[in-house]
Amino acid sequence: MLKWSFYLICVFVGITGTFQACNTGSSNRGEEEKLPDVVSYNFDIRPILSDKCLACHGPDANKREAGLRLDIAENAFKALQENPTAHALVAGKPELSEAYLRISTQDTSLLMPPPSSNLKLTAHQIKLIEKWIKQGAKYEKHWAFVAPKKPALPEVDQKEWPKNEIDYFVLHKQEQKGLSPNEEADKERLLKRLSLDLTGLPPSLQLMDQFMADNSANAYEKAVDQLLKNPAYGEKMALHWLDLARYADSHGYQDDGYRTQWPWRDWVIHAFNKNMHYNDFVTWQLAGDLLPNSTKEQLLATGFNRNHKITEEGGVIPEEYRISYVTDRTDLFGKGLLGVTMECAHCHDHKYDPFSQKEYYQLFAFFNNVKEVGIESVIGGPETYAKKPLMEISDAEVKNILTFVNKPDTNRLIVSVMGDLEPDTSRKTYILKRGVYDAPGDEVQAGTPSSILPFNANYPKNRLGLAQWLFDKKNPLTARVYVNLLWQEFFGKGIVKTSGDFGMQGDLPTNPELLDWLAVDFMSHNWDIKRLVKQMVTSATYRQSAVITPEKLKVDPDNVYLARGPRYRIPAEFVKDLVLSSSGLLNRTIGGPSVKPYQPPGLWEGATSGRGLLSTYVQDHGAKLYRRGMYTLIKRTVPPPSMAIFDASNRDLCEVKRLKTNTPLQALVMMNDPTVLEASRVLAANLLQEKTEAKDKITKAFRLIVGRKPREKEVEMLTAYYEKELKEIKKPVAEKALAVGEYPIPAQIDRMKLAAMMRVVSTIYNLEETITKT
Amino acid sequence: MEKEILEHGFNFNRRRFLSRLSLGLGSAALGSLMIPDLFGGNSADDDSLPPGIPHFAPKAKRVIYLFQNGAPSQQELFDYKPKLRAMMGQEIPPSVRGTQRLTGMTANQASFPLVGSFVNFQQYGQSRAWVSDLFPYTAKIVDDLCIVKSMYTEAINHDPALTFLQTGSQQGNRPSMGSWLSYGLGNENKNLPNFTVLLSRGIGNGQGVYSKLWSNGFLDSIHQGVQFSKGEDPVLYLRDPEGMDRHARRDMLDNLAQLNDMAYQEFGDPEITAKVKQYEMAYRMQTAVPEVMDLSKESDDIIKLYGPECLVPGTFAANCLLARKLSENGVRFVQLYHQGWDQHGNLPFEIAKQAKDVDQASAALVTDLKQRGLLDETLVIWGGEFGRTSYTQGKLTADNYGRDHHPRCFTIWMAGGGIKPGIVYGETDELGYNIAQNPVHVHDFQATILHQMGLNHEKLIFKHLGRRYRLTDVSGKVVNDLIA
Repeated sequence: MLKWSFYLICVFVGITGTFQACNTGSSNRGEEEKLPDVVSYNFDIRPILSDKCLACHGPDANKREAGLRLDIAENAFKALQENPTAHALVAGKPELSEAYLRISTQDTSLLMPPPSSNLKLTAHQIKLIEKWIKQGAKYEKHWAFVAPKKPALPEVDQKEWPKNEIDYFVLHKQEQKGLSPNEEADKERLLKRLSLDLTGLPPSLQLMDQFMADNSANAYEKAVDQLLKNPAYGEKMALHWLDLARYADSHGYQDDGYRTQWPWRDWVIHAFNKNMHYNDFVTWQLAGDLLPNSTKEQLLATGFNRNHKITEEGGVIPEEYRISYVTDRTDLFGKGLLGVTMECAHCHDHKYDPFSQKEYYQLFAFFNNVKEVGIESVIGGPETYAKKPLMEISDAEVKNILTFVNKPDTNRLIVSVMGDLEPDTSRKTYILKRGVYDAPGDEVQAGTPSSILPFNANYPKNRLGLAQWLFDKKNPLTARVYVNLLWQEFFGKGIVKTSGDFGMQGDLPTNPELLDWLAVDFMSHNWDIKRLVKQMVTSATYRQSAVITPEKLKVDPDNVYLARGPRYRIPAEFVKDLVLSSSGLLNRTIGGPSVKPYQPPGLWEGATSGRGLLSTYVQDHGAKLYRRGMYTLIKRTVPPPSMAIFDASNRDLCEVKRLKTNTPLQALVMMNDPTVLEASRVLAANLLQEKTEAKDKITKAFRLIVGRKPREKEVEMLTAYYEKELKEIKKPVAEKALAVGEYPIPAQIDRMKLAAMMRVVSTIYNLEETITKT
Repeated sequence: MEKEILEHGFNFNRRRFLSRLSLGLGSAALGSLMIPDLFGGNSADDDSLPPGIPHFAPKAKRVIYLFQNGAPSQQELFDYKPKLRAMMGQEIPPSVRGTQRLTGMTANQASFPLVGSFVNFQQYGQSRAWVSDLFPYTAKIVDDLCIVKSMYTEAINHDPALTFLQTGSQQGNRPSMGSWLSYGLGNENKNLPNFTVLLSRGIGNGQGVYSKLWSNGFLDSIHQGVQFSKGEDPVLYLRDPEGMDRHARRDMLDNLAQLNDMAYQEFGDPEITAKVKQYEMAYRMQTAVPEVMDLSKESDDIIKLYGPECLVPGTFAANCLLARKLSENGVRFVQLYHQGWDQHGNLPFEIAKQAKDVDQASAALVTDLKQRGLLDETLVIWGGEFGRTSYTQGKLTADNYGRDHHPRCFTIWMAGGGIKPGIVYGETDELGYNIAQNPVHVHDFQATILHQMGLNHEKLIFKHLGRRYRLTDVSGKVVNDLIA
């Protein structure tokens, strides 16, 4: 065992403030794991304390044991309540630090954490703590609660590799780890990745041909610009926002009646397409009704805070539900916009992060004055499709100002939006004991968590002031959180993997300097979203090939160091879009009421109270069958099954990160869903009508679906498969196989060939590569 | 909410563990069990136990949960209260009602007259358990049942109460019990999903069930409940399209596997091989599921046992028989939901039919498992999301009344899976309104189920967004009195 030595403290002080290696903690627990030269509080020690100690020795005053608090230096160095001659921490002296003695003892009656807590420190963690104490037990503020500063670009060896600033930060980390980047992906793969990421659609043949033929130096950038102008960009970007904002077409809860909140969804698409900057985008949604001379469009944007579930179950206690709506908004604000799990402080002081229950209700107060009731109406007709406060959208408004709202008929259209009570009737906000709606404690005033950023007294104490606080450049979270969400969209994982939790229990950033650089750059360019997107997709990091060598798989299985391009299965909605688009069936209408495409029978009927418009599934026909996946009606209690199987959000609560699973049910969808089968038949029919050889038809299908030219061997195999099927398939079998979907079969077609080609096309749809961004 | 006290009841040490084994299990069973070293000091992180292995020797391997959706009235089925008849029409004493909150449906009622059950009760079996005349078949198997009359919950409306029972939290988005077990114990059968869901509906007033109840929440979606439904496609998208026979599908999959392998050669991404395996599992499911759904090979005795309705797909009886087959084939958790128990009014008429719908098949399932020697390792649970009030909802007439939601007490039963047979646990007061003895909170009930499956409810944890989540949230203790 080393003796304590003071010189280490000097070393520590010397580099305080710089970030340490990022892979400590969960990913690297091997026996051979070395202790860092300098132990960092933020990156080495706090994760241990937060995970293993703070539940009993942390911010929650009600659960604190022995009066000891380890998350604040002052308290940890103080004489112990139970033994005033001892101290939990003595800087430089682990052997005198009670905390160290208690975690390293063999005596189970003294051991911390107590065995009964089912928590345990590893030997490595104990050594880290020992070394940290030796080095002076220096505390730092949690990294995410310190406003980001723009770091200088790091030095790199491979100077020719970076294409923009992102690459310097990424390459620097790789070089430290002894990794080097993959080469650039081939053009076909790259275009597919880009097209899926920017529009959610595979590239068209025309775009593929154009890009392949373009040998100019800025060919890629031209493709980026072209795709960013495509209105499908707004749809693609809207999808993750709809998850975050828990948008759905039903009210949720027991009866789960229909609602018409879709004009808000149309607005989101519109806002992304016209590249509304993030600060305005969010301010309108939080407080559009409170802006000076607020417009109808700004009011519509506030539907954001009314997308939550609203009960229509007779017999509920109204206040209980009203409180739950306010809670939902508060939690959305925390998780979706601030990246912190405020909801923990709903019932008690936060156990890990420095938010008190009082601060939770101060935040809650901003959302507590909506002119709403817990239950406005039980399930019923069109008057229940939105709940007060609501706005009505007239046909004249659609024609003149809200032109992006795709209103298909002249029926009355209502949307739930925000609107506060008049000041003289406004509600007071109380701390709710244990979070229970009818157990009010002390009254609180609107305010924000001081550990993030105190509320500027010049801001109005309403949602507009809250938005100003959110976009205050001193706010350490807002920019980081959104930059991270977008990073997750394009690279598959956030720089902070727990994109909804930047608090102490969240994952540490894998590349903190990069995150900070991006966040500051985003703010200094006035929160310009398209610019940020372009920055990410034009980086060399993004353009790398996704090939995984065995060496890289071993050194970096999770691609933390980004020494290869992102390779991920695309989201549920885009799986459908890819199928429809490549087959030529896709209906490119944007927005409007959600649609009901093919769905296995009986799902709504089998799981319903039997009341309301959504108790039976009445499937749509014609062009509505071929809308993009994001327009499929989401009935919260029975979300669209093929989407749910591919991990789509059920839109119950704010969701910032979907799982990306791989299950047999997904295989069944791709093999047997009528949507895929019909698309296979329609594409096969289109191909058969061209005067080309079978292998040319197959090549074209492959390009349309997979987004690249097939290898010779692939064409050979698929052509042989076609010939075999054509020979073996019997007429009645062929007829049965073709009888899927409502899209007509051309009259003059050879139905045997069609059935055989349909199987080939369907096989191509089932390739792993098809629904993967490669 | 007031149960926010962490119980450390199952802080095992090696010695206790071994003594438990010697008492509880035959040595033969012990030999085949994999028991990880939970107690040594060397494991890296004890909350990251490899899923798929029990924490200690399990008593039950599988669960069949016969959920009675809508909340069956305990006063008409198991909780015999002659005093209610004696006080028929009298106002419920305020001392009994206390400060219990009421639903919006009865909150404005001017009076709360007590109402005795229209149905008679008798005692049965060696346990002398009271069972109402609505349940003649159940009455015959009381010595196999552990009837718990003192269940209570925190929610007063269907949606939150159902969600609470299934996920341990009233708000959605957490994994269901079946998902937790699938996560904790893995799969016994490689051809069938580990957590299956069967729906049926009685004639009574229905309340919806919804797929979020069998959601995997933040767990991997392989732990999601898979709904098996009546009709030609028992699992969504299972059936190959018209004209695609097994041979043609095999051909297609062989081609697919070869093409996918080319991609693997290029990219080296393990996801590609995983995908090929999932397609093969899907292919096996296409055979295994219809086989298990096929009731034609069941003997006449079995059909007679479950009743003729068991041959009508989608009925509760058919689902009970199917549950046995799924469970027999290694499905870890079979979840049934039977709708129609929400008798706010017209209770005597509705509940009689509703009871007839489920009585024979529920009892048959227990008997069937027992005669196959499977009851010991299969835990069967029967019950709803809360109870019903002892006073009437709406007008009390000579032969008609209703009962509102009542979270303070309700009755469930369990059978098999190492639960004590032939006991009645817990008591309510003489008006059946409050628990008089041995309350069992929903989290206690969940902790007990996990315990029977060999899992410590405080250790079956998933860390998500910085918090450790459990089925039992932050409370719950195993009810040892229920364990054989």
